[in-house]
Amino acid sequence: MTDQPKIQIRGVCKSFGPKTVLDGVDLDVGTGESVVIIGGSGTGKSVLLKCTLGLLHPDAGSVRIDGQETARLSGKDRDRMLHKFGMLFQGAALFDSLTVWENVAFRLVHGDKMPRRDAREVAVEKLRQVGLSPDVADLVPAELSGGMQKRVGLARAIAAEPEIIFFDEPTTGLDPIMADVINDLIVDCREQLGATTLSITHDMASARKIADRIAMIYHGRIIWVGDAQAVEDSGNPYVDQFVHGRAEGPIKMELRR
Amino acid sequence: MNLNFLAIIGRMVLSFLRHAGRLSTFTVVSLLHCFTPPFFLRNIGRQMVEIGYYSLPVVGLTAIFSGMVLALQSHTGFARFSAEGAVATVVVLSMTRELGPVLAGLMVAGRIGASMAAEIGTMRVTEQIDALTTLETNPYKYLVAPRLWAATLMLPLLVLVADVIGVFGGYLVGTYKLGFNPTNYVKRTLDYLEFVDVFSGLVKAAVFGFLIALIGCYNGYMSKGGAQGVGQATRNAVVGASILILTANYIITELFFSR
Repeated sequence: MTDQPKIQIRGVCKSFGPKTVLDGVDLDVGTGESVVIIGGSGTGKSVLLKCTLGLLHPDAGSVRIDGQETARLSGKDRDRMLHKFGMLFQGAALFDSLTVWENVAFRLVHGDKMPRRDAREVAVEKLRQVGLSPDVADLVPAELSGGMQKRVGLARAIAAEPEIIFFDEPTTGLDPIMADVINDLIVDCREQLGATTLSITHDMASARKIADRIAMIYHGRIIWVGDAQAVEDSGNPYVDQFVHGRAEGPIKMELRR
Repeated sequence: MNLNFLAIIGRMVLSFLRHAGRLSTFTVVSLLHCFTPPFFLRNIGRQMVEIGYYSLPVVGLTAIFSGMVLALQSHTGFARFSAEGAVATVVVLSMTRELGPVLAGLMVAGRIGASMAAEIGTMRVTEQIDALTTLETNPYKYLVAPRLWAATLMLPLLVLVADVIGVFGGYLVGTYKLGFNPTNYVKRTLDYLEFVDVFSGLVKAAVFGFLIALIGCYNGYMSKGGAQGVGQATRNAVVGASILILTANYIITELFFSR
């Protein structure tokens, strides 16, 4: 049991029509570990995350959570599997018809059937954890700035204290300072909850800060995995080019001039 | 050239079949979730208010003018063979059997079908629907089922109101403009009205309500590709629901009244 990875991804393939997005991805994430997947835009990072969560069905391959195959789960088993997860979406994906606290407490109210008054208290506490004052609890998401929305999204993801948290581009679209605040929050949340986290990003500053291990995805495959420190001198020309953000190198952007 | 033409037909048939298949699956799954707990009563309530209460003005205006114009037109027609007395009966029968449900249905398709498609479509493209799933809430139960329930329950009530307002519109024109005796007009309205006239209209309304919500939710749920995709979903929802309403109207009428 101890050696079993929390998340085990094996040979996952996914195509949309003629376009192959994932072409046999293998990746392990150990319990309590933080793995960050880096890669350029359109290399299949988000699709991999969604396949792991079961929001998309992979065409081939297997995803195991705690050794249990997720691809063919349905009904109650699937709910039980999803219960272990929390996810912060790229655009926060807050429900704009609900207030901030209803967003944060959504799972507590609907999933765990907690009375609304208690759920509100928990929500306010979670908001405090991500550095938001109780006054925002009664606002609606449209009244918040992008950084605040991300923080509410984070509060929602951690509200039910999940075992596994996914972060989809947690710092994209934020200024460097707010991005660092979010990074700190992610690290704090992980330490407090002891959760396993899998993140995708193309922001190297964020990757360095939150990762134990880094994996690079390119053309639908994981081409490099290593410790976060090793990423600086990986010896892999693809990783080097990405980490140092150079236009020249083995990775050719599909540009037409 | 010839081949090209065949290819176009082939593509159209395939696309039609694909949509029909997807819509059928969507309908079956939605219905299953309509009848299995948990039920999101708060959402059903919110939708009922939106559909039933806030549609009243637009449906009321449609009904009163339809009733009024119906009285005028049938009076002109019947005057040609001295049967003006039938105006009241014609107004009430047309309103309850046809115009009430169809016009209310079309207005609500524009108002509610469009807003359902746009709201659910936006939730789709901003990943809110994925977020629901990750929060252990089935989007069919949370979004689709409450809308189906609310629309199916509220449209008959709306149509009942539309019937009354439409008949009142006919009464106004009949008594103030065409010179009918008020008591006589009311008597003639009620004398020839049968239960089945109103009942068939209400059955139609329930079916139309279900169709409006189903098509609105389906188009929103399947939408993709940002603002343009949501725009398309909204348009398809209104056009699709309107055509289905008119088709279903014929079928239900045939089932009720042709023997």
